[in-house]
Amino acid sequence: MEAAAANPLVPNIAEIVVGLIAFSLLYIVLRSRVVPMFEKAFTARTEAIEGGIAKAEKAQLDAQAALASYNAQLADARGEAQVIREEARVQGANIIEELRAKAQEEATRITAAAHASIEAERQQAIASLRHEVGTLATELASKIVGEALDDQVRQSGIVDRFLNDLEQSKK
Amino acid sequence: MHITGHLASGPGFVPPSTTDFKLPSIFGHSDYATKPVVLVFFSVIVISLFFILASRKAAVVPSKLQFAGESIYSFVRKDLGEEIIGAGFLAYVPFLFTLFVFVLVNNLFGIIPLIQFPTMSHVSFPYVLAIFTFVIFHAVGIKRQGVVKYLKGIAFLPGVPKFAYILLTPIEIATYFLIRPVTLSLRLFANMFAGHLLLLVFIGGGNYMLHDTHLFMKILSPFSFGFGIVMTFFEFMVQCLQAYIITLLSALFIAGALVEEH
Repeated sequence: MEAAAANPLVPNIAEIVVGLIAFSLLYIVLRSRVVPMFEKAFTARTEAIEGGIAKAEKAQLDAQAALASYNAQLADARGEAQVIREEARVQGANIIEELRAKAQEEATRITAAAHASIEAERQQAIASLRHEVGTLATELASKIVGEALDDQVRQSGIVDRFLNDLEQSKK
Repeated sequence: MHITGHLASGPGFVPPSTTDFKLPSIFGHSDYATKPVVLVFFSVIVISLFFILASRKAAVVPSKLQFAGESIYSFVRKDLGEEIIGAGFLAYVPFLFTLFVFVLVNNLFGIIPLIQFPTMSHVSFPYVLAIFTFVIFHAVGIKRQGVVKYLKGIAFLPGVPKFAYILLTPIEIATYFLIRPVTLSLRLFANMFAGHLLLLVFIGGGNYMLHDTHLFMKILSPFSFGFGIVMTFFEFMVQCLQAYIITLLSALFIAGALVEEH
């Protein structure tokens, strides 16, 4: 035993055989069961990362497109609002103008009506005055003259003539 | 265990020797039932179980176990495979991975409590590993370049003046067919052998001093044990390093065989 162990560089056949078998066995197990699984995990991880990047890029593009679309819509809305405001302003001005015209017209109409009414009242007053003045004058004249001027036709003719003369002298 | 028996036999301190590596069979007298043989098979079972459990789910987000397994695998894959072999490295990753974990675990057996025997200190196992590397890197070279071209490339280094072949050809042939496999196996063997011997010296020495009749020796024995512990940490480093080196060199040999002009 001592002699056999003296040279540690001499291989032992049993251990060579065992080493070959054990290493081959381990190689087969690791190659068939372990390495493919780790490689699968690595591939899956790489794909997950790359997929994530692609997804993020797509999301960014979508977001940019959405932003552009919103901006365009906003610009449209602004333009539309501007148009509506302008229209409203024009319409408002038109309405005011119309109302003013109407009011003017109404005022003119009322003034005209007032004028007409005044004129009518004046005519009436003149007629009534003329009648009263005629009657008074006639009564006064009959009292002065002492005779009754019954003849209506003559009487009115005289009064009228008198009043016309009066009016003409006033002018 | 075998140290105490050793010490009891002699009157003075008997330093550990190569005899300490010759372990008796666990049962019977068969060479197939010794501690290193059992340990080698045990390592195969442990490594297989660990990596099968770690890689079983192959999840995108790894569990702690998967992460641990993956870290070791991706270390061999990237640092020893991709960066050294380059294009087409994936075909050799299973071999390099097996080599690395097999050597690492068997080396670590040297300091794992209750096991405490580096199987690679038995030269037969490093020989086996060197045979594998030898066969693989020559096979790769022959497959890639053809027998004649490959052997010619080794024997007659291109771009060298003709007269230099007198010196270079024997050196190159010796390098490829003798020096490489021998150094590959002996480096690993010698490191593990010497490391184990070193631990035996300090632990055995401490044990001897503790049981010595002189009080002075008893008092000094913790220093020997303490140094034994320090050397255990040192051994851990050497064991990892040697597993890395044998895998690195194997990868370099394969890479060299893949490149036409070397």
